[in-house]
Amino acid sequence: MSNHLANIVLIEDEQQIRRFVTAALENESFQVFTAETGKQGLIEIATRKPDVVILDLGLPDIDGLEVIRDIRTWSNIPVIVLSARTYETEKVAALDAGADDFLSKPFGTPELLARVRAQLRRRTMLNETGSEGIHEFGDIRIDLPKRLVSKAGQLVHLTPIEFRLFTELVKNAGRVVTQRQLLKEVWGPSYIENEHYLRIYMSHLRQKLENNPTQPEHFITEIGVGFRFI
Amino acid sequence: MVDERPNPDQLLDKINKEAEKQKRGRLKIFFGACAGVGKTFAMLSSARIMQQEGIDAIVGIVETHGRSGTQAQLIGLDILPLKKLAYRDRELTEFDLDAALARKPALVLVDELAHSNVEGSRHPKRWQDVEELLAAGINVYTTLNVQHIESLNDVVGQITGVRVSETIPDKVFDMADEVTLVDLPADELLQRLQDGKVYQAQQAERAGKSFFRKGNLIALREMALRRTADRVDSQMREYRSDSAISPVWQAKDRLLVCVGTGPEAERLVRVAARLAHSLKSDWLAVYVETPKLQRLSNAARDHILKTLKLAETLGAETATLSGTAVASVVLGYARSRNVSKIVVGKSTRSMLARLILAGVIDDLTNQATDIDLHVVSREKVLAEKSSDALDIANQNSMHIAHDTEGFKFKGYYLAAAACVATSLLAAMILPYFELANVVMLFLLGVILISSKFGRGPGIFSSVISVASFDFFFVQPRFSFSVADTQYLLTFAVMFVVALVISNLTSNLRYQAMIAMQREKRSRTLYDLGKSLASALTSAHIIEISVHHLTGIFQSKIAILLPNSQEKVTYQTANHLIDKNSSDIDLDLGIAQWVYDHQQQAGFGTDTLPSAPILYIPLQAPMRTRGVLAILPNNIMDANFSKTKRTLFLPEQRQLLDTFASQIAIAIERVHYVDVARDALVSMESERLRNSVLSAISHDLNTPLTTIVATADLLKQQLSIERRESKQQEKEQQESVQAGKKHTRKHDDKRHEYVEMLYEQSIRMKNLVVNLLDMARLQSGKVKLNKQWQMLEEVVGTALRTMKQSLIKHHIVVDLTNTHSTTFSGELPLIEFDAVLIDRVLCNLLDNAAKYAPEGSKITISARTQQQDMLVSVSDEGLGIPENLENQMFDKFTRGEKESAKAGVGLGLSICKAIIEAHGGKIWASNKSSPVETGAIFTFSLPLGTPPNLPTDELLS
Repeated sequence: MSNHLANIVLIEDEQQIRRFVTAALENESFQVFTAETGKQGLIEIATRKPDVVILDLGLPDIDGLEVIRDIRTWSNIPVIVLSARTYETEKVAALDAGADDFLSKPFGTPELLARVRAQLRRRTMLNETGSEGIHEFGDIRIDLPKRLVSKAGQLVHLTPIEFRLFTELVKNAGRVVTQRQLLKEVWGPSYIENEHYLRIYMSHLRQKLENNPTQPEHFITEIGVGFRFI
Repeated sequence: MVDERPNPDQLLDKINKEAEKQKRGRLKIFFGACAGVGKTFAMLSSARIMQQEGIDAIVGIVETHGRSGTQAQLIGLDILPLKKLAYRDRELTEFDLDAALARKPALVLVDELAHSNVEGSRHPKRWQDVEELLAAGINVYTTLNVQHIESLNDVVGQITGVRVSETIPDKVFDMADEVTLVDLPADELLQRLQDGKVYQAQQAERAGKSFFRKGNLIALREMALRRTADRVDSQMREYRSDSAISPVWQAKDRLLVCVGTGPEAERLVRVAARLAHSLKSDWLAVYVETPKLQRLSNAARDHILKTLKLAETLGAETATLSGTAVASVVLGYARSRNVSKIVVGKSTRSMLARLILAGVIDDLTNQATDIDLHVVSREKVLAEKSSDALDIANQNSMHIAHDTEGFKFKGYYLAAAACVATSLLAAMILPYFELANVVMLFLLGVILISSKFGRGPGIFSSVISVASFDFFFVQPRFSFSVADTQYLLTFAVMFVVALVISNLTSNLRYQAMIAMQREKRSRTLYDLGKSLASALTSAHIIEISVHHLTGIFQSKIAILLPNSQEKVTYQTANHLIDKNSSDIDLDLGIAQWVYDHQQQAGFGTDTLPSAPILYIPLQAPMRTRGVLAILPNNIMDANFSKTKRTLFLPEQRQLLDTFASQIAIAIERVHYVDVARDALVSMESERLRNSVLSAISHDLNTPLTTIVATADLLKQQLSIERRESKQQEKEQQESVQAGKKHTRKHDDKRHEYVEMLYEQSIRMKNLVVNLLDMARLQSGKVKLNKQWQMLEEVVGTALRTMKQSLIKHHIVVDLTNTHSTTFSGELPLIEFDAVLIDRVLCNLLDNAAKYAPEGSKITISARTQQQDMLVSVSDEGLGIPENLENQMFDKFTRGEKESAKAGVGLGLSICKAIIEAHGGKIWASNKSSPVETGAIFTFSLPLGTPPNLPTDELLS
């Protein structure tokens, strides 16, 4: 089968993980190119022009963060980072450096595949609907040029800041955005310390747009890292 | 441009002093010219005023001398009972210092500051008691007469002819916070005296004649007034420098007084003290030990030491210098200490003597071009005093002579023997040599004797040599008459040569001795320093110090170290060293006092001088490290007095102090070595723990991830295969049924295995997660990343994480805070580490899911209660077995023993560790209603003060 859905570059130094990730992805008809080191990975990315990059942060030769920064100098390919569960700061640093999503080890194949698909979807979505500025997520619909938000056909009133926050999340839909990034974009660089602003407005958005605000489906919190809108 | 601001260092110094003063009690002195002016009366009446103002004032000791007016003032005041002391089968009463300290009143009245305490009291003088009261923060009122001030003591003695022995150091008077002069004109005082108001009748008679003469009283009054005026003046000056009114800056004078041997030395010291006081300068008292002075009797040397001690109490720094030329030694020292004025006593030598050989003062005048010289006149010394000193001198000189006597007599015998030998030799060679050469032989004998035995035998030798030369060899022989007058010159030369040589040798010997002493001192210091440097434990240090000091001071030494309760203890661990030290009879009470007050006490000090042992605090830069106890050997009487004196000698004391600080520093060094080693060990173990943790987390995570994912993959593959086989089944519905059945059965089995593999690997994954969490929490190195959070957000993520486990339960979330009175309707923001609280919720939910039956309800609710937010997770299971509510949170405890349900019971102890790190509590209980069963796990988090909310559009 040469008819692959997408090309993926996997940079991971652990052989076992490389093997099962490759198996899981190939099972779903993705073509996987693997690399053991950061440098090798950068070469693979440059030559294979992949659709998604999966990157382990703990590499033997160069820091995973360096790899991300290097990629971001010339490309917008989605990057999913793999990291140990308790290393929240490492994840935040990777996301701030330009990574799009993360997976905590140990992870299951469904999670992995879901993340990969989400990144691929995001790519196509950006390509297709960029001009019209109308997005739909479940029963939520946002019309960016007209600044209109509706839920299940009903118009929902958002305050200017709520709307700015929502727009920022929609622009990054499918990605994990760190608190820092959101605060900087919505309130400005001097508000980076005021994390509780974000919590309060996020709660307002959930109240207005989620069916069950305590068990959200769209406005997901990644504890200790940031937010994800899907 | 002149900078008029006060020097910052001075200001700081002043502030520090003031801070210290505030901790100390305040001393108020009621100061008078003499007895009977009404000091005690004034003190009592002002104490009464204080008492009326509600201040806790008590009477420590007051002497009313039977004066009725004074006694009346005592009524209504709290009086501290006096301490009774047995003294030579009499019972004496004394101020009870310990009772006053224990009672800790705001103010204590202590009459007659200059009083000497009965032997056996803690301090020999009452002013020292007062010092301790002040140090304890107790205010003191006291009374004092002008003649009791040390530096004025002799002047008063001169005026009145009566010398009082009870004095206080000037610094006590100067340091007093307030001085109130109680003044009464002389005539009125005399009138009061006659009326019997001061002393009772017959006493008055006696006192009046000698002391209370009008002339005396006027002079005393003048002195008291002047002294008070001086004080006020200095206060004024201080005020000025405070408020920077005048930019007066004065180079600080430093005064040096040369203490001689004569009885006038004491007066000289007092004069210097007064001068230093009026100049507001530091002062030094030095004694130069020359070879001549070295030969003084011990009594005289003791007298010098006493004078130096007096200088010390008057506030001087003292030193004993040695050298042959007094003037140059003094000047050298003076220049090294930046001295601007030198005070010396007027020479006793006659004009003629000074013309022939310049005296010390002349030398000083010639050499001291840059230093002012003050020559103090001598006075007629009070007869009674000097005869006293003589007595002591006689007593003491008895046994000192002993040890040197043998040596001296030997010198004389040998001188005689040498003379006889020379004479015999001379007689033998006389036929062959001239008489002039025979003289040389005698001269040789004289030189040898004087170089060997010093001046006395030298002179003796020259005398007998001259005599025998004259007798045996000079014409006419065998008679002392001299025919040729030129031999007189020979005699004179021989005599002078003997004198010069013996002087030279004794000087040389003295210098050598000094050098030896110095060398010995520096060698002992060096030895001790070297040994201490190699010591690695406190016990070792003690051993080394005791060994060294025992040898040097010929005393028994013990070192006491504090235990963890700051109580000094005598560790007998040093049994290795000579047994001498172990039988030292220590008084731990004194040692403790020394340790606490960082002051020397015991033998030869101001505190408890009757104790046989001297206690010295071991003061290191950071703090006091222990106490050095030194007991002079008193096996032999002669030795006793010698050692005793050794301890008193300033240079010996300095040496002892140096040793003490060296030992203290060594102990401190060892202490810090221990501290550093402990720190290193804990750092090392911390590093090890961390590396083990990260290794485990990496090494376990990688295979686990692989296993979980592979099981997952396998599961998917199987379900795909099953879907495909089902399709095939549909297509070939009718054909070959039996075979299909077989495959499907086989297929189901495989599916079950994979399911099992997957479940168990997930279980193991959770276990590893919990173990690592626990290890991290227990290492105590988890830093809380506290932020202001919305609880619902964390509940949301926890529910999302636990979605798979909770799929078979009905979840109810109630975060409306309806039961609270303070924040009705809405939960406030609360500060916590979201990642950790998420773990707590996940663990609690996981527990609930494990123990509650499928399909039952799990409720998460939260409310505020006073200063806390309470969050609870309740289920509809069987509840918690009784008595297990508290054990639940210990490690490895589970509700059901050996149950098939997963988990090692780490979850709840992790929860407990996390919640406690947040300053909250976690507990478990059962539902109280009889209808429902089930466990409720509740944790509390402190609410704190939430930050300002964004106000811009919250209401919109």
